[in-house]
Amino acid sequence: MTGLSLRDVTLRVADKYLLGPLSLDVAPGAVATIMGPSGSGKSSLLAYLCGTLDPAFAASGQATLDGVALAGLAPEKRRIGILFQDDLLFPHLSVAGNLAFAVPANAPDRQRRVDVALAEAELDGYGERDPATLSGGQRARVSLMRALLAEPRAILLDEPFSKLDAGLRDKMREFVFAHIRARQIPCLMVTHDEADAAAAGGYIMRL
Amino acid sequence: MRRRDFLIAAGAHAAAPAFAQTSWTETLAAAKGKPVFFNAWGGDERTNAFIAWTADRVRAEYGIELRHVRLRDTAEAVQRVIAEKAAGRDSGGSVDLIWINGPNFLAMKEQRLNYGPFVERLPNFRYVDAEGKPSNVVDFTVPVDGYAAPWRLAQIVYVYDSARLPKPPRSMAAMLDWAKANPGRLTHPTARNFLGATFLKQALYELTQDRALLAAAPTDANYDAAVAPLWAWYDALRPTLWRRGAQFPESGPAQRMLMNDGEIDLMISFNPAEAAVSIANNLLPATARATGLDGGTIANTSFVSIPYNAANPAAAMVVADFLLSGEAQARMSDPRHLGNPTVLDVERLPPDQKKFFADVPPVPGMLSAAELGRALPEPHPGWMTRLAAEWEKRVLR
Amino acid sequence: MLRLAPVATLLVFLAPIVAGLLSTALPAFGWFPALGGREFGFGIFARLFAQPGLGTSIALTLLTGILATALSLALALAFCAAAYGTNAFARAQRFLAPLLATPHAALAIGFAFLIAPSGWIARVISPELTGWTRPPDIATVQDPLGLAFVAGLMLKETPYLLLTLTAAIGQADLARSLATARMLGYGKFTAWAKVAIPRLYPQIRLPVYAVLAFALSNVDVALILAPTNPPTLSVMIVRWISDPHLDLFMPAAAAGLLQFALVVASIGAWRLGEIAIAHAARDWLTNGERGGEGRLRNASARAALTLLFALAIAALAALAMWSVAQSWRFPDALPDRWTSAHWLREMPSLAAPATTTLLVALSATAIALMLSVLCLENEVRSGKRASKALALLYAPLLIPQVSFLIGVQTLLVRLNLDGGFAALVWAHLLFVLPYVFLALADPWRALDPRYTRIASCLGASPWRVLFAVKIPLLLRPLSVAAAVGFAVSAALYLPTLFAGGGRWTSLTTEAVTLASGGDRRVLGVYAFAQAALPLIVYAAALAVPAILFRNRKGMA
Repeated sequence: MTGLSLRDVTLRVADKYLLGPLSLDVAPGAVATIMGPSGSGKSSLLAYLCGTLDPAFAASGQATLDGVALAGLAPEKRRIGILFQDDLLFPHLSVAGNLAFAVPANAPDRQRRVDVALAEAELDGYGERDPATLSGGQRARVSLMRALLAEPRAILLDEPFSKLDAGLRDKMREFVFAHIRARQIPCLMVTHDEADAAAAGGYIMRL
Repeated sequence: MRRRDFLIAAGAHAAAPAFAQTSWTETLAAAKGKPVFFNAWGGDERTNAFIAWTADRVRAEYGIELRHVRLRDTAEAVQRVIAEKAAGRDSGGSVDLIWINGPNFLAMKEQRLNYGPFVERLPNFRYVDAEGKPSNVVDFTVPVDGYAAPWRLAQIVYVYDSARLPKPPRSMAAMLDWAKANPGRLTHPTARNFLGATFLKQALYELTQDRALLAAAPTDANYDAAVAPLWAWYDALRPTLWRRGAQFPESGPAQRMLMNDGEIDLMISFNPAEAAVSIANNLLPATARATGLDGGTIANTSFVSIPYNAANPAAAMVVADFLLSGEAQARMSDPRHLGNPTVLDVERLPPDQKKFFADVPPVPGMLSAAELGRALPEPHPGWMTRLAAEWEKRVLR
Repeated sequence: MLRLAPVATLLVFLAPIVAGLLSTALPAFGWFPALGGREFGFGIFARLFAQPGLGTSIALTLLTGILATALSLALALAFCAAAYGTNAFARAQRFLAPLLATPHAALAIGFAFLIAPSGWIARVISPELTGWTRPPDIATVQDPLGLAFVAGLMLKETPYLLLTLTAAIGQADLARSLATARMLGYGKFTAWAKVAIPRLYPQIRLPVYAVLAFALSNVDVALILAPTNPPTLSVMIVRWISDPHLDLFMPAAAAGLLQFALVVASIGAWRLGEIAIAHAARDWLTNGERGGEGRLRNASARAALTLLFALAIAALAALAMWSVAQSWRFPDALPDRWTSAHWLREMPSLAAPATTTLLVALSATAIALMLSVLCLENEVRSGKRASKALALLYAPLLIPQVSFLIGVQTLLVRLNLDGGFAALVWAHLLFVLPYVFLALADPWRALDPRYTRIASCLGASPWRVLFAVKIPLLLRPLSVAAAVGFAVSAALYLPTLFAGGGRWTSLTTEAVTLASGGDRRVLGVYAFAQAALPLIVYAAALAVPAILFRNRKGMA
């Protein structure tokens, strides 16, 4: 069984019900969207899938990726990428440094992969730049390329376009979803923006 | 090398005391490359500089690493040895050499904390003047018995500013009269300090009825009567002192700073060359002069001793011997450095050691023997200990 | 393993303090076989209370300690009230760090140079204004009431409290509350007193207690500025401990406990005072009194702080001046001849204590940084906010040093560890760690956790996240914490004296030793070097991240 699969996932915090039970399957190359108001536990759900959920939360149910249960796996072993509304480029590294951070250490052609990613982000020659000098759209593209360079088997989007200028948003949606489909990995997006869900064109769940 | 050959040769002739199984040559070999932690009061910059020079010289000559542990009070080192003994550390102790005399030496000797007797083994010890300068072998009435090597002579003088005080007092009575007429212009270091206690001791010497008592430890029977005239004199003097006798400088150098600032006009010192040396170092005004007393003043010797548990006794002995060399003694007596009289009998020195003394220039401001006056022996340390404790009771309220 | 970090830290730390206090308590109650003490009882305390001058010493200790703390706190609060939100406040901020990096002893020595009857101030105004051609016979240093000592303590403690207040202000989001009060018609000073202080004080309570404990028990500043006949209790204890006959060792241990009791009682009394003031102010807070503009109050608070800073700077300048003076006689305002001879001559003797200072400070700081990072990392990974136990890290700042160092010294000798480098570093660590942890905790906790999550999702192991992401991102606070740790270590007097066993001397112990001596020029060299070293390290700590990340705007 390939793709990302959630079965009866429930989140509680301090014995207070937060979310679920929630069941969902996302096939490779598909984008599923969860919509809900803020405070509905969307971000916590993504943290649960990443393995970075605050220990104050309690989770039940099961999540699998390509048939393998995620529970008990360390975050860095899950190979799940995540994008936030902020690009969160590491400010101490150059643009290329941010990308190289994500390339697996044993990859034979690390430099080439970084160069290709820069080209795909339409940022040829920007490698040595300070990320703080890039525009918002450029930074967002680097952020996506960084997530993809780690060769994730699934990707999670946490309100990924909400901080971009309205004019940039459409272009960025197109850029992100095209890359995800091209890599044939499942993607789960949480958002409260209907336009995001429409652009994703996949299954939509409302909390 | 020539000098070392000489020392080795001298060592071969040195009388070998019973406990010494090793020759001086072997001592030198054992000393090489060893550190010596020299615990010495660090409050006087010229002495510190002299010790730093000694460190350079023994490194060059013997490969010894002399480290000056600057003490606020010599008692700290004695206490450390006692603490180590209490903890059962009978070798590898942290103190190799101590600058010591008086009550601290007595405490060490009574508690058998000294290494030795070792001084007879020092090649240069045979040039020490034991007859003309008896304090070199009897410290505060206590026989040294070879447990400490002399290195520095001291005799009390009173330094005054001749511009403000043309005719300094030369007796305790005269001092009191002058102080009453010039309040606030005299002080002395706190009696917790060696020199401060000496201020009281010198007055005791002159004022007490029966000086012979001072040669032995004070007893409960004789103490009160012996010191009564001293306290009568001091009670009259104290309100006339600097800061009305409520505050005292912590040490001799701190007292000298007051004189250099013009706060006081008269002060006690243990170095006959104090005025000359301090003028040369910009530490006293050019008008500073020194005087003895009509009845004579107390003289004593500074020693170095080695704790019984010293980590490197051989190296410590080599340092003690170097301090007795013509080179070190001549530098010490040089008013540009310390200006203390040498402990050696210079006439007996072989020519190659004697020549160092010829290099010492005559300096104006030095006291003549007549001006300095008679050298009096130190009282038994017990007097000093009791005086200091009683002073503390009178002043701390 | 990481989970053990807080436990291990506390063990390394607290066990010896408790053991030290116990081994101070044993001789105090009569048990010290090495000196023949084999019977428990209160005999030693009876001997202690029979010591001449003890009552005066206790009174002096309490008076100076409480007065210095109260005045420092009052001045820090008043300055905030008068200047918060103005350029003067921002300017003052720039002076805080360098002042805090300057060791107490160096400031005290310079301050004594300044205010003595023969000091720089008297020299500048004499004889023209005063008619003095020689110094007057007035005690302005080591005065019987200890006022010079109080002022000397304020030079360091006011900036320290100001710094903690600044940090507390940053967390409390006061600006809007103050603006609201001002719009309701409250004067600046009154708005601050009624709105800010009640919210800020709980956050600076622990630092205030630390200041109180320090003012009641420090030795180095007291040796230089406090009266000597009798001195403060802690100086008296150090005096007794160095008695050659050890007669007073056991009473000194008892006095160590007495010192501890004085600090505990004073903190208790201070707490009661806090409650009383809070109670008395309850109605006042809401009585509608708006206060006037308070121009006079504002101006005097600013003037007082300016004066304090000016004194501190002049004190350092006096050190520098003396170190290059060949002769400088009263009442000349400046030396008549200058020379580099003192520096050149002292250089060889300066090298060893400077090296020791550097090595001990670097080692203690490195260990403190490591332990702090591990504890904070454990906190983040386990998701548990620092256990209450970590508050015990502050114990060394509240317990008088001399009280447990007496026992620690005996223990070290027994374990054959005295005079060792390890013992020395450990003794420094006790005081370095709390400050490093304090400096690091807030920035560490404030780091956006999503950086860590993103890095993990990119396949980085937790250790790689720590070294490749967190430490570089937090390099600036890490450097500042390192500089703070270095400055704390470089300034320590008593721990170096006790744990160093005489084999290790630092610039601080040397300067304090020389301070009782006579040559101001040599003392100037040592004290200036002592002050300069932590300042250089502080400048380097600011420079390193700035240079490393000069091309990274996001790191500014």
